[in-house]
Amino acid sequence: MTDQKINSEVTLRYFAWLRERAGVSEERLTLPPDVITVGDLLRWQSRRGHPFDQAFAKPEAIRVAVDHAHAKPTSQIGAAREIAFFPPVTGG
Amino acid sequence: MAVRVSTADFDISAEMAKLTEGDAGIGGVALFVGKVRGDVQGEPLASLTLEHYPGMTEAELERIEAEARERFKLSASLIVHRVGELKPGDNIVLVIACAPHRQDAFSGAEYLMDYLKTRAPFWKKEALSGGRADWVDARESDDEAASAWFSKSE
Repeated sequence: MTDQKINSEVTLRYFAWLRERAGVSEERLTLPPDVITVGDLLRWQSRRGHPFDQAFAKPEAIRVAVDHAHAKPTSQIGAAREIAFFPPVTGG
Repeated sequence: MAVRVSTADFDISAEMAKLTEGDAGIGGVALFVGKVRGDVQGEPLASLTLEHYPGMTEAELERIEAEARERFKLSASLIVHRVGELKPGDNIVLVIACAPHRQDAFSGAEYLMDYLKTRAPFWKKEALSGGRADWVDARESDDEAASAWFSKSE
């Protein structure tokens, strides 16, 4: 056993045009160990290949929620169970 | 205090009666209803589809409601937001704020709407009569309306 940090499995969810561009609404996977913050995760998505590279080409237009709460690029992912990606909200 | 996300329409009188029933301390009720406009910059709208993030939507609406309740000493409040496919003229959202005095009721309802529009995870897609369908862009003016509440507290 090593003491290297191993990320556990997380659910990623996609909404609105991000869901359409990513071609998926939900997936479960284990993130690479060097993905520590929300900003790291956005960069990782943009380098993931088609169609995620296109969906995440403008990370400044994407909002992220960690376990149902709005998060910032500097927010730590920690032991999150669910991370969601979506455009700025337009309800009301 | 309640929030609800629903495909069904709401009955404004029934919701208000239920919310204020038995509370004689309420002196004012402010109510806002958001509806589907029939055009997008002059082009007729066929339908408006609202998507949301089940679980987070309710959590975020409850956070917004708790903040408004604390800030304006609301006696009672309600947020009902519809999702799914809506037609021009349909109701989208109902916000009710009740307080002992009118100013807190007015401000409470405005605050609930301003934060709902910038924080609650809903997204609108407009289908035009011509067949084109586009996701609605967020407005900077909505962010400004919400952040204006920060300066009002200082």
